[in-house]
Amino acid sequence: MGAFEPVIGLEVHIHLSTESKIFCGCSTRFGAPANTQVCPVCLGLPGSLPVLNRRAVTFAARLALATHSVIRPVSTFARKNYFYPDLPKGYQISQFEEPFCEKGYLDIKLKNGAKKRVRIHRIHLEEDAGKSMHAESYVSGDETLVDINRCGVPLLEIVSEPDLSSAEEAYAYLAQIRQIVRYLDICDGNMEEGSLRCDANISVRPVGSTALGIKTEVKNMNSFQNVQDAIDFEIRRQLRLTEQGQAVEQITLLWDAHRGVAEPMRSKEYSHDYRYFPEPDLPPIQISEAWIAEIAREMPEMADEKTRRYVEEYQLPLYDAQVLTEDREIAVYFEETIRTAKDKKLASNWIMGEVMRALKEKKGRLADLPVTPDRLGELLNLISQNVLNQTTAKKVFDRMLKTGIAAGQIMKEQGLEQISDQSELESLVQAVLAERPKEVAAFHQGNTKVFGFLVGEVMKASSGKANPKITQEALRRLLQARQPD
Amino acid sequence: MENRNSMFSSLRSQLAKQETSCLQITRGCLDKIDKGAPMNAFIAVQAERALRQAQQVDEKIRRNKAGRLAGMVVAIKDNLAVSGESTTCGSKMLKNFVPPYQATVIDRLLAEDAVLIGKTNMDEYAMGSSTENSAFGPVRNPHDLTRVAGGSSGGSAAAVAAGMCTAALGSDTGGSIRQPAAFCGVVGLKPTYGRVSRYGLIAYASSLDQIGPFGRDVYDCALLLEVIAGKDPRDATSSDTAVPPFHTAVGQPVKGLRIGIPREYAGDGLQPEIEQALRRAAERLADSGAEVCSVSLPHSEYAIAAYYVIATAEASSNLARYDGAHYGFAANQRSDLEEMYVHTRTQGFGSEVKRRIMLGTYVLSSGYYDAYYRKALQARTVIKSDFITALDQVDCLLTPTTPTTAFKLGEKIDDPLTMYLSDIFTVSVNLAGLPAISFPFGRDENNLPIGLQMIGRPFDESTILRTAGLLSEL
Ligand SMILES: [Zn+2]
Repeated sequence: MGAFEPVIGLEVHIHLSTESKIFCGCSTRFGAPANTQVCPVCLGLPGSLPVLNRRAVTFAARLALATHSVIRPVSTFARKNYFYPDLPKGYQISQFEEPFCEKGYLDIKLKNGAKKRVRIHRIHLEEDAGKSMHAESYVSGDETLVDINRCGVPLLEIVSEPDLSSAEEAYAYLAQIRQIVRYLDICDGNMEEGSLRCDANISVRPVGSTALGIKTEVKNMNSFQNVQDAIDFEIRRQLRLTEQGQAVEQITLLWDAHRGVAEPMRSKEYSHDYRYFPEPDLPPIQISEAWIAEIAREMPEMADEKTRRYVEEYQLPLYDAQVLTEDREIAVYFEETIRTAKDKKLASNWIMGEVMRALKEKKGRLADLPVTPDRLGELLNLISQNVLNQTTAKKVFDRMLKTGIAAGQIMKEQGLEQISDQSELESLVQAVLAERPKEVAAFHQGNTKVFGFLVGEVMKASSGKANPKITQEALRRLLQARQPD
Repeated sequence: MENRNSMFSSLRSQLAKQETSCLQITRGCLDKIDKGAPMNAFIAVQAERALRQAQQVDEKIRRNKAGRLAGMVVAIKDNLAVSGESTTCGSKMLKNFVPPYQATVIDRLLAEDAVLIGKTNMDEYAMGSSTENSAFGPVRNPHDLTRVAGGSSGGSAAAVAAGMCTAALGSDTGGSIRQPAAFCGVVGLKPTYGRVSRYGLIAYASSLDQIGPFGRDVYDCALLLEVIAGKDPRDATSSDTAVPPFHTAVGQPVKGLRIGIPREYAGDGLQPEIEQALRRAAERLADSGAEVCSVSLPHSEYAIAAYYVIATAEASSNLARYDGAHYGFAANQRSDLEEMYVHTRTQGFGSEVKRRIMLGTYVLSSGYYDAYYRKALQARTVIKSDFITALDQVDCLLTPTTPTTAFKLGEKIDDPLTMYLSDIFTVSVNLAGLPAISFPFGRDENNLPIGLQMIGRPFDESTILRTAGLLSEL
């Protein structure tokens, strides 16, 4: 039997970060008390009608442009009918026969540095459903409670072509989507809070074949790690079946992250006939060339463009530019820092070093970091001006992380200011020279190596606060003054 | 200014001179409602609220600040949400449902000082042609209590005919305003689709539903339409087409208008007196200087089938929300989800509603969608283009509203197909989204009212109001 290869397509759902829901004015804020962000429309009360949020359309168009997709001038909504208590209307308003846009692509970066183009089949707008709670502490044994807050939050479903061939590629594709939606500022990309969700369609086929095998669908992958693990698991399962000469069944599987297995759903739970038909309560979305042009003009700068600009405009090394733009939050932090900081390369070093280390240690988000970009800028300028050396600056930074107060104040509190006063430094130097006649003599005999030793002695005497540049000047001058004739 | 075609217009003069009062008119209506109890026209009468409101209106009249509908007592079909008052849709499912929001049309009526007197009986979820499908019992025809009032807005039509209110609102999906108007001898108008906001109208078939007025005469309907029409930001399908002062169209001469009579609407099932009435109306129009000619709507025969596929498909989805989980009736058997759904919907819905949900579910099912639903949409397109072609040649179309006058209670209830055929002249208008008005034009040999229908171009309600205004007579 020849070798087999996996074929993977992803269906990614992203929550759009609009202020209000897609068809009513309710807030989309995550984490509010249950059923407090509801109205007759999203509760599906009889007689209420949906009205489309234009902002959601603008967001969809941004993603369409960023994925090189073809936007339909006219796209239509459709009803996807199924019964579930967290779906108060008994149907989800989605798009079916005429989606918002089609035929796009994304270039993903693989670990070996290569690029791969993944085609996007379609992207469509829809509303999210509510949440059913079965196992929470406040739900009694046989009860299910329903929270409608999430109902009507705008979603984009991004359906890829089956162009991915490993769990690693799926991961890279998902990471690329997350980077793009964050850059577009249309979704926070947070998988744990459910604002980025992903289902995978997986099949295997003989290497070299172009036909598609029987596919299974894997759902309930709630983190990037889950996606990689679940896809790996399912690929192995299908390869094992195929190698044993057994057929793969067309089923839906649920990933169980705790046990590390994907288990089939009961067929009753997924064998829906959704009876899609055009949504009569909503006119088609008509998007004119002029509107698309306006959205294109307002498109934010994407990662690649930023990288290029950092190299050209700020003269940063390519490596720095790539690291800084990987995550939009970092890039924004950098750009805000250099509004204050004069030395851009110094800012880059510090953000890639100290700031990222602090984030990793705190496991927090950049927005929650007590050191704001302008505070960091101030600190960096103190280094540039030789008020602080790198060592003390790091001490100050640690203190800023803990307290959030400004560098200048910390320096005052801790007496960390660099000694740059000419006469103060000169008396320090004189004292050292007086204690070290042997080294002074050696210097005068042409042994310039001792100069460094003497600088170190002055630093020691100043508890590290001596301004190195002025110290060196003073030392050279005073040594010369002692030169025997 | 008083319009000689309008009872309400002369009433307004009396109100202004304080020869009568809104309170007096409202009391008169409540009295008629009491006396007409066997008609079962109302599901809920809000006597106290109506009287209080009438006093407020009288106060406004005294201060010369009254709105355009001051003095008008209006009954509301019970599928329109009135905030804080039960809205049953004629169903056990919503028997105790009290909406916390209000239909846009109700806001607009109240803003013009209409008095709301109560909620009228109807076929459950507006599905029916006789108001025999109501969970609250059938409505009887004021002209003959052994006969139906038509449906689904039978309660609204009967209430206006029996003087229980000045006017009423109904909804029309396939004839549900025009057919009961014809059976009860009143005027009923279905506006152009999109003319009136559907916000707060409990949906039956969203692409066909329109709210419209019933009145004793054409003028009242025109005035009511003027008030309730116009763009509503809460209904994305409502149109921003300007709303003209419709009431000024009533009484305008018809001279020079071209009026077409569709050949296909004079089939075998047509009651002879209705055919005669149609001929007489045509003569009257010709005598008044209009040009009457014959036109063709070649695809008319597909209308009933297309209508029942599209309407039931949409209904199957619109009625999915009544599942016992959120509001309304919920069956006691709920040991699991499926049991809750099955029992709630089996017990909560009546048989006609269940028939239509099943039909609609079927035509949308995979494997049947193309054969039924998609075909029906295609039929709808050709039916619409038939009308557009005909209305290129003429200004409006004159047809019978119904093939027969009011039939007996129980006569068709066990034969859905025959019942569906009573909408044969009205459904295609909904498929085409056009405005149409039914007005009384004489009586048959049983002294039952005959209704004729005038169909207009999209958003040209003025022309049908003008022609119906000339002809309307009981
Ligand atoms: Zn809402």
